[in-house]
Amino acid sequence: MTAYTATVTVRLKRGVLDPEAETTKRALERLGFELRGLRSVDRFEIDLDAADGGAAEERASEMAERLLANPTIHDYEVEVAEAE
Amino acid sequence: MTVAVVQFGGSNCDRDAVRALSNLGIDARRVWHEDGLPADASGIVLPGGFSYGDYLRAGAMAARSPIMAEVREAAADGAPVLGVCNGAQIGCESGLTDGAFTTNRSARFQCEHATLRVENADTPWTRAYDEGEVISLPIAHGEGRFEIAPDRYERLEAEDRILFRYCDADGEVTEAANPNGSTGNVAGVLGERDTVAVLMPHPERATLPDLRAGTDGQGILSGFRVAD
Repeated sequence: MTAYTATVTVRLKRGVLDPEAETTKRALERLGFELRGLRSVDRFEIDLDAADGGAAEERASEMAERLLANPTIHDYEVEVAEAE
Repeated sequence: MTVAVVQFGGSNCDRDAVRALSNLGIDARRVWHEDGLPADASGIVLPGGFSYGDYLRAGAMAARSPIMAEVREAAADGAPVLGVCNGAQIGCESGLTDGAFTTNRSARFQCEHATLRVENADTPWTRAYDEGEVISLPIAHGEGRFEIAPDRYERLEAEDRILFRYCDADGEVTEAANPNGSTGNVAGVLGERDTVAVLMPHPERATLPDLRAGTDGQGILSGFRVAD
């Protein structure tokens, strides 16, 4: 078994309104910043032990499918690296 | 035979639901989620509140708690299940109903009265109303915007599973009458069977005459009479 850190990034699907990101964007503009857009994402860093990187990725993907993301509104991506 | 009002850590409308149901002569009691569904449960309420502090997403944690497997099983067997507010979020998160309730367009918590149009009066929950009837119920939520993929929304419409839409006082479904940016002004939907329903507005807060918030919610809660 090898120690891995799986990073799961969960973001709203394209086209789904993100009122919190819109509010944050407006606040940045009020502070005088120029920007075209802003998206917020949730990132989960999961430490786990697995036989290989593929198994770690598979387990983290299942975590995203079953809890971390809501497939109705979210897309997600998983990246796996050996733990330092 | 009793309606089980499932109490999670952070539920806060469970007492109100029991009181409103009792007032209608429907036997109801609170059930702590860790105790599981009682064998004599004739129906299930998933009440409002902030279960698990809305961690991750509103309803996400409660939807994965063990009692929800029992609730899904009971629902599949035809037991009436009603999710209100946080209970509606739990219902969607657990797959009892399609779609998701997420952050209001305003990005704010909104506590106000909403007018709703009854879209389908041929369900246990809406039998007391006429199709197109306008009723008034309180809403109190930060995450009540109904989101769903376009094809699944069309399916809900085609199968007549939209229960209520936010509307103006005349029953017109307009953008201005949409308090939270919900797709199609949807306030409540049915599950695969019409015995399963979720809605963001609070029928239990418009049931007791003494509260002076109207009694338009009585008809919805009366849906439990059928099985009682």
